[in-house]
Amino acid sequence: MRPLLAQLRAEITMVFTNGETVFLTLGIPVVFLLFFSVVHVLPTGVTHPVDFLVPGILALAVMSTSMTALGIGTGFERGYGVLKRLGSTPLGRGRLLAAKILSVLVIEIFQAIVLVLVGYALSWHPASGASTGLALVVMLLGTVGFGGIGLLLAGTLKPLVNLAVVNALFVLLLLLGGMLIPLDKLPGWLAAVAEVFPASALANALQQCLEHGGSVSGRDWIVLVLWAALAPVAAAVTFRWE
Amino acid sequence: MASISVDDLRITYGDTVAVDGLSFTADGGRITALLGPNGAGKTSTVEALEGYRPIAGGTARVLGLDPHRDHHALVPHLGVMLQRGGVYPMMGPAQALGLFARYYDDPADPAGLLDQVGLTRVARTPWRRLSGGEQQRLSLALALVGKPKVLFLDEPTAGVDPEGRLLVRELIAAQREQGITVLLTTHELAEAERLADHVIIIDHGRALASGTPAELAAGANDGSIRFTTVAGLDLDALATVVGAGSVLVESAPGSYRLRPAPGLTVGDAVARLTTWLAESGHTLGDLRTGPSLEEAYLAITGSRGEPEEVIDQTHGRRRGRGGRGSGGSGGSRRRTRSTTGSTGGDR
Repeated sequence: MRPLLAQLRAEITMVFTNGETVFLTLGIPVVFLLFFSVVHVLPTGVTHPVDFLVPGILALAVMSTSMTALGIGTGFERGYGVLKRLGSTPLGRGRLLAAKILSVLVIEIFQAIVLVLVGYALSWHPASGASTGLALVVMLLGTVGFGGIGLLLAGTLKPLVNLAVVNALFVLLLLLGGMLIPLDKLPGWLAAVAEVFPASALANALQQCLEHGGSVSGRDWIVLVLWAALAPVAAAVTFRWE
Repeated sequence: MASISVDDLRITYGDTVAVDGLSFTADGGRITALLGPNGAGKTSTVEALEGYRPIAGGTARVLGLDPHRDHHALVPHLGVMLQRGGVYPMMGPAQALGLFARYYDDPADPAGLLDQVGLTRVARTPWRRLSGGEQQRLSLALALVGKPKVLFLDEPTAGVDPEGRLLVRELIAAQREQGITVLLTTHELAEAERLADHVIIIDHGRALASGTPAELAAGANDGSIRFTTVAGLDLDALATVVGAGSVLVESAPGSYRLRPAPGLTVGDAVARLTTWLAESGHTLGDLRTGPSLEEAYLAITGSRGEPEEVIDQTHGRRRGRGGRGSGGSGGSRRRTRSTTGSTGGDR
């Protein structure tokens, strides 16, 4: 237990003491939420953009932590031989992975609290029938899927290639994920491509839960569950520790 | 039972054979060195013993356990220093040591260890901003923090400045006094000679010789006299003076080896040599008559037992085979003269 807690503390400390990761996981989501709630330039189609933006930015926060921060960090640890070295300590791979998963969840909880508070400050009104429990399940599924994608790239690519690919994917899914721009504003073919990725399913599902107070569509469930099931397996099969 | 025992070990990467039938043992209270050129199979061997890779054949046991299969039971007792890296790039020595200490049930005191490796001054400097020597010293401290029974050190002083080397060597020697089994790899002869109690010379994945540095050196000691003076001595003239049956080699420009003929004592040979040098007006540099591990190493890894001074009886001279790049003799032309051969041939 002590090695796990020590590792968890170290993982969280490394995220919060690294300027780039803080910018990625907190800076970008908070700035986007503030800016686009106040400056109405996005085609959100609603009277109060903040109502559309809070669920979308929560999806962005999940993606930034579980895919981008986890993927880049793990890729560099692999490149620097840290993962290899930890393999010959009593920590072991199981506890290392557990510490990484727990640190992602802790950071996401922190992000969610900050974003919800900022949302309320911007007079966000969740739908009357909003289901927090369902939203948490959806975010957990998104975390598993995105985490799998991040580790799949981190475990197979060279650190600098991984950095570039993960960052590019982050920007691409930010634009195509329905987080800032509703999918129905995209050309049909582009929306069709976007719907395959977990970003749009996550954002859409969170908007259903929080903005419309409705249930999550069957298609979003399928996309989220498939990515959550397949990406971690693909990562586990292909992961190279050295 | 030896704390490390390797028997007929084979390690392969696809079609490439990295280790090919290697056998040796290492025990507590001794420093054992795997000495060999780059690519000899040293790191593969050590990493198999650390449990990083499965073996293709033979047996490897550390503290009686299979390093790969019993990895979980074994790691609490191992201290590992990889050839490079292995530390979080943004983490300072104090934080890294504190973290690693918590992986173990009964760790050494991180602050004390930091002091021992001389990193207290840079305790908060991120790993990637430390010098090469400081990084190696931190890696050593991380290997020691779990109070290991077996210590694996892959090229522990590579990239370390002379002062740091002294510190690292003292620390490693101190582990021996505690009864710890130390297995290190090095391609540097001086390192093995100064540090190790037992040296295994390996190349192409096989053990070519083993013993204490003194034993290995003695094995190669054929009573040769090594001396340095100006390059391009007239070996024919000198050979005539020293006596029939003596063998003379210019192993590198200005460096010579003289093996006195049977029946001629080393003392007499030295006397004739120095007299001739003085009469010829050449200044004598170094003169050594004792055994040398370097000779043994080069003879074993470089020429595979075929002595460089073998004389082709027909042509009177023959160019020696180059060493394997270590010891500075690789690629240099060797000039050989023997009084038993003819005196023909150009110079």
